[in-house]
Amino acid sequence: MHPSPHDATGTVIDLHDLVVVLGRYPALAGADLRVDAGEIVLLAGPNGAGKTTLLRACAGLARPVRGGGTVLGFDLNRERDAIRSGVGLVGHRNGLYADLTVEENLQFWGATAGASRSDVAAAATAMAVDGRLLTVPVGRLSAGQRRRVALAVLVVRRAALWLLDEPHAGLDATGRDELDQLLRRAAQAGATVVFSSHELDRAQLLATRTVSVVAGRTEATNG
Amino acid sequence: MTTISPQRAEISSLPRGTGTRATRIIGIATIVMIAWLALFGLVLSPADRDQGDSVRIMYVHVPSVWLAYLAFIVTAVCSAIHLFGKRHSLGVDRIAGASAEIGVVFMAVTLATGMLWGRITWGVYWQWDARLTTTALLFVSYIGYLAVRGLDGTQQQRARRSAVIGLLVVLEIPLVHWSVRLWRSLHQEATVLGTDLDVSLDGLMLFSLFVGVIAFTLLFLWLVLHRSRTLTMIDLVGDRELDRAVIARRAEGGIDHA
Amino acid sequence: MAEVSRLAIARAMFVKDVRVEIRSRVVAHQILPFAALVMVLFAFALDATNVLTRVAPGLIWLAVLFSMIIIVQRTFAVEATDGALEALQAAGVDPVPVYWGKWAALVTQLLVLELLLIVTAIVLYGIEVRAGGIVLLVTTAISATCGLAAVGTIYGGLAAGVSGRETLLPLLVLPVASPVLIGATRAVEAALGTGGTAIAEGWPWLGLLSVFAVAFGVGGSFAFGPLIED
Repeated sequence: MHPSPHDATGTVIDLHDLVVVLGRYPALAGADLRVDAGEIVLLAGPNGAGKTTLLRACAGLARPVRGGGTVLGFDLNRERDAIRSGVGLVGHRNGLYADLTVEENLQFWGATAGASRSDVAAAATAMAVDGRLLTVPVGRLSAGQRRRVALAVLVVRRAALWLLDEPHAGLDATGRDELDQLLRRAAQAGATVVFSSHELDRAQLLATRTVSVVAGRTEATNG
Repeated sequence: MTTISPQRAEISSLPRGTGTRATRIIGIATIVMIAWLALFGLVLSPADRDQGDSVRIMYVHVPSVWLAYLAFIVTAVCSAIHLFGKRHSLGVDRIAGASAEIGVVFMAVTLATGMLWGRITWGVYWQWDARLTTTALLFVSYIGYLAVRGLDGTQQQRARRSAVIGLLVVLEIPLVHWSVRLWRSLHQEATVLGTDLDVSLDGLMLFSLFVGVIAFTLLFLWLVLHRSRTLTMIDLVGDRELDRAVIARRAEGGIDHA
Repeated sequence: MAEVSRLAIARAMFVKDVRVEIRSRVVAHQILPFAALVMVLFAFALDATNVLTRVAPGLIWLAVLFSMIIIVQRTFAVEATDGALEALQAAGVDPVPVYWGKWAALVTQLLVLELLLIVTAIVLYGIEVRAGGIVLLVTTAISATCGLAAVGTIYGGLAAGVSGRETLLPLLVLPVASPVLIGATRAVEAALGTGGTAIAEGWPWLGLLSVFAVAFGVGGSFAFGPLIED
């Protein structure tokens, strides 16, 4: 279901001493992160600890003023374009067009990544997007459905590394369980998943490993 | 990538002001030249046959338009160096910014003196002539450029954005000039402007003008050096605040885990 | 990974923008009525029929410029609301075809707008389109629109990201767009024969408009990426 374009085996993320500034405020103050292929890593920590910025930095978006390393084997400071096309980042916003239907959104994102029409249908199925929803405008979907469409975009784009910022936020209990299942399946199919959450107990059910983020720095909690 | 600690060392080694030996020499030379300009422009040079004493506005007007265009050329060149240079230097970006600020100020002086002179000579403040109109649009465009410099973001973001805008303005100017010239060529009154070239410049007037251009060029050099150093210091203060904030965040993390 | 052709991305972008408009009808239901309203307000301000006929070409292009600012704000708000432009960047999508796709969609919307404004001017200001001037009128509209859309898309990208930047858009766009206002107004005057101008007087302006469109089209291709980059 999920062919990995980068053949991401071994170390997927290897970053050290990242300092990233937002405005005049350091959101990351020397964070390290190492993630191996196939892992589902939880970034845990209070709000404002730097989880979002760390995910954005892994995606090649937040430019570090200090520190660096590799993501998917590409240098964070020099090969950002290569990192970006292999990484899928879903944040608080889904990057979808509310006026367009699910199918049109998936087609649009598929077209930007050279996917075919059959890829679109397959991706929707893979992320358990009901076939009947395909012709519904995204703006009319529930938060959980929208999140699944956003994940289907990652499948269409064949992203090897999934970076999800609070993917469980705004979902009910059933929605969360479904999401966990989908992410486990994605990981089995070859994707590496890094996600953030501030609800430690709940999120640890999904994660294979937890990394704490506190005050812009990382600490491994359990192996 | 910017490293922080060497810059911190740089701060403590910086003098308390933005002056150096070179800028002090340029500053003194500027004062001397401006005094000369006042002497020649106001006292020694004769009044014009037709325009009388109002011709003396020219000794400020012409040097300031020269300075403004010089400043905008410097901004454009620095923008290009920043964007296409390998180092994406923040230093040239600050020179570009300092130069644009000075350019805007002297463009305002140019427009103001030009309008005063126009009122005295033509009886109107404004003529829709190609040079005037282009100058006015250039003025507004650089105000936009400075607004873009003021947007939120890191120093690198600011530099990249403003360099792109700086170069787009360069693309805009010939098109604006061309369009206004083509437009005004349809109207006969455009030739009225010929009068400002009809000023018969005698040797002393020409020399006064020359003194003005030299004085203002020195003034530009002096201002751009000081202003770009000030901008550097502002950026360094930003870096130092950042350094402190990084330390504070780390301490905060330590306390949480103690 | 498979290299995606720029044409495919630009086409996807264009189709998406047109679809969004067909579904939401913001331009059709809000911006076009605004433009027509501006034409009515001009008539209130310039209270004399012969004056209106004389200055109609300029008023049409002024209304186009002001409406374009709003369309650009709208079309980039669509990108910003759910973080799509950011997501495109995050996915490493080439910004050049993104620019051209949005440009093409803006050109389409502006041409519809201009058609409406010309009809409004015929009805409200009593201008007359002569048969001989139609070719000049159409070519002027197309080349002026290509240039305007090139400029609008460049600065729209800059203004997209952070809120509070929208207020910057008119200050940046209007000075740059002024040659188009001058050129397109004069060319349309010639096409309509306003104030006794001959059709032949319009063609030099078309040269200016074409050079403008090419210059900012090329400039935008280079500038758009660095401007939207975070």
